[in-house]
Amino acid sequence: MNRESIFKKVAFSSATLILVMLASIFVMLFISAKPAMQEYGWHFLVDSSWGKTIEVKSDKPLATQKSTTKKTINDENLFANEDSAIIPLSDGGIEDSGQPKNTITKIIYGGFIPIIGTILSTLIAMAFAVPIAMGISIFLSEIAPKFLIKPVGLAIELLAAIPSIIYGMWGLFYFAPIVQDIFGGDQISLLTAGLVLGIMILPFMAAITRDAMNTTPSVLKESAYSLGATKFEVVKDVIFPYAKVGIIGSVILSLGRALGETMAVAFLIGSVFKIPGSLTNPTISIPVVLANNFGEASGNMMSALFYLAFVLFVFSFIIIGTAKFYFLRKHR
Amino acid sequence: MAKKLIMDIKDFSFRYAGAEKPSLMSINLPVHKNKVTAMIGPSGCGKSTLLRALNRIHDLYPGHEYQGKINLLNSSSGENENILDIKKENDFIKLRQRVGMIFQKPTPFPMSIFDNVAYGLKLAGIKNKTILEEKVVSALQGSAIWTEVKDRLKEDAMGLSGGQQQRLCIARAVALRPEVLLLDEPTSALDPISTGAIEELVTELKKDISIVIVTHNMQQASRLSDYTAFMYIGKLIEYNKTDKIFLNPKEKLTEDYVTGRFG
Ligand SMILES: Nc1ncnc2c1ncn2[C@@H]1O[C@H](COP(=O)(O)OP(=O)(O)O)[C@@H](O)[C@H]1O
Ligand SMILES: [Mg+2]
Repeated sequence: MNRESIFKKVAFSSATLILVMLASIFVMLFISAKPAMQEYGWHFLVDSSWGKTIEVKSDKPLATQKSTTKKTINDENLFANEDSAIIPLSDGGIEDSGQPKNTITKIIYGGFIPIIGTILSTLIAMAFAVPIAMGISIFLSEIAPKFLIKPVGLAIELLAAIPSIIYGMWGLFYFAPIVQDIFGGDQISLLTAGLVLGIMILPFMAAITRDAMNTTPSVLKESAYSLGATKFEVVKDVIFPYAKVGIIGSVILSLGRALGETMAVAFLIGSVFKIPGSLTNPTISIPVVLANNFGEASGNMMSALFYLAFVLFVFSFIIIGTAKFYFLRKHR
Repeated sequence: MAKKLIMDIKDFSFRYAGAEKPSLMSINLPVHKNKVTAMIGPSGCGKSTLLRALNRIHDLYPGHEYQGKINLLNSSSGENENILDIKKENDFIKLRQRVGMIFQKPTPFPMSIFDNVAYGLKLAGIKNKTILEEKVVSALQGSAIWTEVKDRLKEDAMGLSGGQQQRLCIARAVALRPEVLLLDEPTSALDPISTGAIEELVTELKKDISIVIVTHNMQQASRLSDYTAFMYIGKLIEYNKTDKIFLNPKEKLTEDYVTGRFG
């Protein structure tokens, strides 16, 4: 075998590996999420009760029921991490029919709160980051004097490289009180989490957007200036359209980062399963639920976590997929 | 009384930001109204630098230094204005509307053919649709590209051939009815047929517009221009009517260059 064909095979299998990984992640998530999907169905997406104990009537005799709930490690321990437990009612157990009836309690899981938390915190982050990132990159590529371009650009690249947990810590200790001073409400809140998330993706977005804008050939800009365009008009009519694909790409990559961000958000969002009445209330997001609960989860809860992970996966996939498809097709 | 000068470069020197030596030294060069003035000279002699001073496109980048005067005739008042005195952005915009520029490579904007030509007009504040349309059509007709694009005005300008793109860029500049049009080697990236079309167009345009063209194609200079300036290492060596420069140059250097002994 000559080198050429070895090289081709290696390249081909590397490319295939990516697809295999993608597919296997999808399949793994799907299989693990399946019990929860069957149990809760689509309703999971709009059900806001997580870990809520409900009572269900059971027609089956007590004994049979007990043997089916086999997951109990020690029989007497009927605590929260068990999905269902049978509590024989001490009174009122005999109905008019004379048949003994059992009521079992069951813990159900719904994903609405973390889903909403994820969407809202990401939206806040994007609303904050997109305009500022655009401003920074316009400044760096068109307006900044030469002596500022390098140091500011470098600072932004360094900021983009800071691990997210540090943004989380900074946000918790320094930024959250400031947010509270300005907007009131809780320090730990959807708003704080969203803003810190925005600050975190900002340098990344600005750096990529700047690079995209810098690909605009200078003769193209000069042509617009030669027609009497102002800086603003050159940015709006030449640089933006020219660099459009790159700019949108940077926004989408940042969106993907914001959607899946765990650490920065875990510090700040509050990790409570509550629908936030206002932006300054705490809530929770999908990655944070996953990070907090995988350790002690089992049974239905485990499956529900996988269901959430699956939702996040599909969500990111759809966003990036449609954006890529739409804009790349339009550009060609 | 001598023929009218639309522009007059006097004792002009130019040094790029951070450069040790000036790229242009004491240039004196008149630009006649409704004539084609060609600038020739070996690569790196400062032709583009001089051309780009004429609409002060240099000033998009800070730190360049210049001395001397570049006068631009105000046709309505008959007075000369030194364009090197311009400081306000508004005046730069006016200057660039009066002195248009075409580059070596075609530079269509990422928009439709129609919008490309309408762009400068819109910037100039023309909003009326019918007037815009009229001006775009007449600019395209005047730039010898109308028949090729009239059925595809809404299409992306990037889809045109290189030669068509260059004529579109000329139409875009011409639409603003500039007094002077600067062309920096406008055909060096084009095939012979497109080059011929552009040359014809330039000869057409000089009825209305005074033209300064940089070229390192000697035949092109002799075919197109009424006056020729020969430059060498930042200096203007000789300037005269084109036939004098090519047939009877005064300077030895000019003769060597136009006869192809170096360059
Ligand atoms: N942006 C610039 N900064 C510094 N020096 C430059 C710049 N552009 C051109 N020069 C120098 O100025 C001289 C003239 O260049 P140019 O006007 O482009 O020559 P031509 O167009 O005649 O080929 C050259 O020596 C070139 O190296
Ligand atoms: Mg040049």
